[in-house]
Amino acid sequence: MDIDAVPQEGNATLGGHRKAMYARDAEGRIVIAPSRGWEAEEIVTSHAVDTLQAQAAEALAQVRAGTASPLAYWMYVCRMDVALLSQTSGFWQWRVRRHLQPAHFARLSAKQLARYADALGKTVDQIRQVPTP
Amino acid sequence: MSFQHQHAAHCESGVISNLLRHHGVPMTESLAFGLSSALSFAYIPFVKISGLPLIAYRMPPKSIIKGLMAPLAARFRFETFRSADAGQQRLDGLLAAGKVVGLQTSVYWLPYFPPDMRFHFNAHNLLVYGKSGDEYLISDPVFEEPVRCASADLARARFAKGVLAPKGLLYFPEAIGRQDVSPAAVRKAILKTCRTMLAPVPIAGVRGMRMLANKVAKLPPADAHTTAFIGHIVRMQEEIGTGGAGFRFIYAAFLQEAATLAQMPQLTAFSDRLTTIGDTWRAFALKAARMVKGREAVDPAAIASKLRDLAALEEAFFRDLKAALP
Repeated sequence: MDIDAVPQEGNATLGGHRKAMYARDAEGRIVIAPSRGWEAEEIVTSHAVDTLQAQAAEALAQVRAGTASPLAYWMYVCRMDVALLSQTSGFWQWRVRRHLQPAHFARLSAKQLARYADALGKTVDQIRQVPTP
Repeated sequence: MSFQHQHAAHCESGVISNLLRHHGVPMTESLAFGLSSALSFAYIPFVKISGLPLIAYRMPPKSIIKGLMAPLAARFRFETFRSADAGQQRLDGLLAAGKVVGLQTSVYWLPYFPPDMRFHFNAHNLLVYGKSGDEYLISDPVFEEPVRCASADLARARFAKGVLAPKGLLYFPEAIGRQDVSPAAVRKAILKTCRTMLAPVPIAGVRGMRMLANKVAKLPPADAHTTAFIGHIVRMQEEIGTGGAGFRFIYAAFLQEAATLAQMPQLTAFSDRLTTIGDTWRAFALKAARMVKGREAVDPAAIASKLRDLAALEEAFFRDLKAALP
């Protein structure tokens, strides 16, 4: 890539930051050039973020309908899935899946809730409920 | 000596080159990357990240730092901790002693990252060069300027759990045996990269690319998972660890430096050739992104065929590079 081809398309996912890229200058030397971002990279990053947001929205609807526990919503808000929440909380995956059901979630002890809250970086009070519409 | 921050494309090579420069070694990011033979390709279907297979365009985390130990006759100290308190105390102690310390962290818990970039990736490297009140002064090489981070946030990022959990890892050099790089070390590093890229295992190097191509070719075009999979290939190439073109441009920069450093002028032509391959990777990424965005019909067969072309280009490149070394 030549230095004048370094993309400056203002990738929104970079939040105004510039990233370093390697490109050839006029003398053919490869140098570091700051880039405002590239369309291709913005598309794939936003796609991944959108997928996570859609999952959180879906979980929120389920929590309100009473078919999922608040844990399902917070898991997706924190960009996690069952496998990752299992690793960070120390609960086995089958237990995490159970706790995504309202009935099982309601029976969690204060200590178990605290483990989830810690893994998600939230307080126990936060993860017991979901935002009201 | 006060610490000099320099913007870099990739966190690990950026951290180690900034750290080595602080200790008087004239090290650039690309030299650190090439000298540690960090360029690679791997498709690891049995390791999943959010349900998608691991695709890497470089060697695993920590291999850049470890790969530089032998060429520089250096010794680094690596420490991990059981508790966040112990980790923070040790960090504060080292900073008080005037050391610049490297850390492994999780991007998700670092508040100075833009929200859209905060995924659960546990192998992000950064340097801490001081503390002011409750805030650490951080040189994060993927940022243009030094940043600051509150101690509670940094503790979370250092002790994040999950795949590649950092366990509070910190590191700093104990001894650096030599300040310059020998031509023999350069040659050895290039040979190692050629071996990795041409390795006779199905998941690594150009064979890994072909295996990924075969996998993509079999995906059903209309499925949402297919779109996510194609997007994932590009995200691993462009964003995680950055560098555009899956690190091919950084390696091209290294080959250019190596041509002078090791008096191997034939490497200049290889640098140009790899830059062209990098441009081909970018064209691939753009095509894939257009499919993800819905501007083009999702066509797994076309993606697979582009990957096979890239595998063929890189196979020829590394065979020729190997043959051109003295």
